[in-house]
Amino acid sequence: MGALDTVINQCKEWAFDLNFTRAKKWKSEEEGRILAGYLPIYFPREIVHAADGLAVGIMGTGDRKQVIKGDAYFQSYICRMPRGIIELALDNNLDDFDGFIFPSICDVIRNLSGMFRILDKGTFVKYLDFPQNFQSHIGGSFYRKEMQHIIDLMCEINGITVTPERLNHSISLFNKNRQMLEHIYDIRQEYPWRLSIVDVYHIIRAGLVIPVEAHNDLLEVICREIEKDTGEPQDRVRVVVSGSFCEQPPIGLIKSIEMAGCYVIDDDFMLGSRWIQGDVDATSGDPLRALSEAYLSQSPFSSSVYDVDNPKEERLAALVRKRNADGVIFAAPSFCDPALLDGPNLQKGCEARNIRYISFQYAENTGQFKVIKEQVGAFSDSIKLWEDEPAEV
Amino acid sequence: MAEIQNKEVTKEQSMIIQKEMVSGLFKDLATAKDTGKKVVYTFIPGNLSELIRAFDMLPVYPEINALQSGMRKKSSGYIKEAEKYGHSEDVCTYVKCDIGMMLNGNIGPTGEKLPNPDLLLLSYTGCFTFMKWFENLGRLYPGVPVAMIHTPYQENGRITAEMTEYMVKQLKEEVIPKMEKISGKKLDEEKLKEILRNSAKAEDLIVKIFDSTKHRPSPIDAYFAGVYYIGPINIGFRGAPEAVKYYEALYKEIQIRIENGQGPITPEGEMKEEKFRLVVEGPPNWTSFREFWKLFYDKGAVIVASSYTKVGGVYDLGFRHNPDNPLESLSEYCMTCYTNLNLPQRIALLEKCIRDYAADGYLTNSIKSCNSFSAGQLMMMRDLEERLEIPVGFIESDLVDPRYFSYSNIKNRLESFFQMLEQRLLINESVLN
Repeated sequence: MGALDTVINQCKEWAFDLNFTRAKKWKSEEEGRILAGYLPIYFPREIVHAADGLAVGIMGTGDRKQVIKGDAYFQSYICRMPRGIIELALDNNLDDFDGFIFPSICDVIRNLSGMFRILDKGTFVKYLDFPQNFQSHIGGSFYRKEMQHIIDLMCEINGITVTPERLNHSISLFNKNRQMLEHIYDIRQEYPWRLSIVDVYHIIRAGLVIPVEAHNDLLEVICREIEKDTGEPQDRVRVVVSGSFCEQPPIGLIKSIEMAGCYVIDDDFMLGSRWIQGDVDATSGDPLRALSEAYLSQSPFSSSVYDVDNPKEERLAALVRKRNADGVIFAAPSFCDPALLDGPNLQKGCEARNIRYISFQYAENTGQFKVIKEQVGAFSDSIKLWEDEPAEV
Repeated sequence: MAEIQNKEVTKEQSMIIQKEMVSGLFKDLATAKDTGKKVVYTFIPGNLSELIRAFDMLPVYPEINALQSGMRKKSSGYIKEAEKYGHSEDVCTYVKCDIGMMLNGNIGPTGEKLPNPDLLLLSYTGCFTFMKWFENLGRLYPGVPVAMIHTPYQENGRITAEMTEYMVKQLKEEVIPKMEKISGKKLDEEKLKEILRNSAKAEDLIVKIFDSTKHRPSPIDAYFAGVYYIGPINIGFRGAPEAVKYYEALYKEIQIRIENGQGPITPEGEMKEEKFRLVVEGPPNWTSFREFWKLFYDKGAVIVASSYTKVGGVYDLGFRHNPDNPLESLSEYCMTCYTNLNLPQRIALLEKCIRDYAADGYLTNSIKSCNSFSAGQLMMMRDLEERLEIPVGFIESDLVDPRYFSYSNIKNRLESFFQMLEQRLLINESVLN
């Protein structure tokens, strides 16, 4: 087995470990370490790292755990993801966690933060209200205080003061992490056959549950290996997948997209890991300000971010152009207000720019992919058949 | 489906005042382009009525248009129109109804075309979907400025100085400048203070009105009739002298009902026997509003408190608009609206209602469209049941999509709930005897 396969297999194991064994082991190795669970989409993990903590992404149970109790907490018309998360909490999978952070993304995740308060899980529960005002002295100032609040909550647990030096060090590690992830996407843009999107998914998802230092080591191996000229290109179209930023599609669905004749060359599956575009300043005397400024001015388009002054259909088109994609697959979870309410605007944006697209809905525990595979296959064939009609992006 | 007897309900003075206020507003809106009045589209939770009034602008509330469309049986067509446009079946039907109405010529509840907005005032308070809604409207009304005010959530069950500061800065630097530019007027602070004084008076009165359900029989229904009572304070009249006049008249009428030992007025006249006192969580269904209400009053069930009547402001915990601190007070108002409270706060408020108004049961009307209310409702219900040992009931419907109002299903569930309440009352009586 080559180095790449070894790393991918390890990532596969970690990515869906719903007991968070690796993270709990890390915590147990030294006294005073903190585990802070966070939900999609984005969370500035640097501030937890700087407080000798590990921010652990809780992305739902997918199709890996039967949800029984969780269904009793939510009506049928609420998305799947919070059911699995409640199930994890009730089954004690999250017992070693010190706190939970619920980034503002939608009303369901917001209210889930209240449910965790009622369940009395962890030492702290924090709903992180990302600013929807993007001026540094208004929204930025508020956001810095939100981050400071989380730092204070952690300090109450382990007494660690987050100094600018500590935070700058953490920022530099996560900068490196983002650079390498971006590098993987850049390589795949040219040579998508070198690493399947399913493998990319496992690699990124593993990074949500292990220390960033360990993930960076893995990414270095991967970046090195995919520089090599391996594999053979196949007759597939190049697509961007959009709408899957919170509740995750099952691996079977991602695999089906590839098998139906597509290379997924960009996506928003675990958008939080790649949220900040470019580096955060790791040299400033006020690193919270640096993180805040990066959020305000280097965030990608997202259904959770107010966009009136920066329309997301234009930014999606720019991504399609940057990645030289043939089309877009809108794959959104059922009952996901943010993704679904953006759907018509994004799709009309594609129509106006002659970008081809299809759309469908899924749930994290969807088990049948035949229809989706046929739909994607027809989409891929239609692009191949009429590839001489270039998209006017 | 139940038949409602079309008895003519005697109009009380307050009803006449309210009707005049609402028809006056729609008349003003119909002539806004001729009179030069500027039109602001905005939302009920976190509504900045006092600011809109201070600039002599006219408010339009898309939720009100949607619920009116629901009551007038027009929402179904509008929703289908929005779904044809590309919106999913899964998303908020208020949004789809509003978009469908707009795509159909924006004919308002009175049958007249609503004017296009001069400003979209996005009070992002307690509902994430509001933001998506106005992002959509921003595209449907290209070129119309959007002023966004982000209301921080009371995640920790309290309002911090940082939260207020964030809001005040947004008001000063984002909202007010845009209103000044569009209206062509500078903000008149004295005028705003006077409006806020009136708001506080109306708020004092509305608290007394909803507090009247402490009486037996309750003189009002705090849910089905409550939605009419909160109308003026929620649709732009908070701060207007007419609103104070309306609530004074309503309060007087309620006092007379109390003195006479009368129950609430329903569409079929006065409710004669009060059998069950309920607290209801969640918005009502609008498409079958009267049939829905009838299921309650036919069984002698009166709603003594509801969370929905607090969606445009929670005044019973002491908040009042304060003319001495206008912007701080407007900010605090937004942050204290019901759906901006965290779940433990909501439970505490509902528990207070159940205790203060001596409720016999607690009912959740879970709305398919509204995650802001619905997510967590089952846990809240369980918590209250355990805490207070009160019978609880659960029904499901939707705001304005008639496809999700199943009359027989709701009737069956309610009948089981009422049987449970009846048994509980019998047990309680036998214990007392």
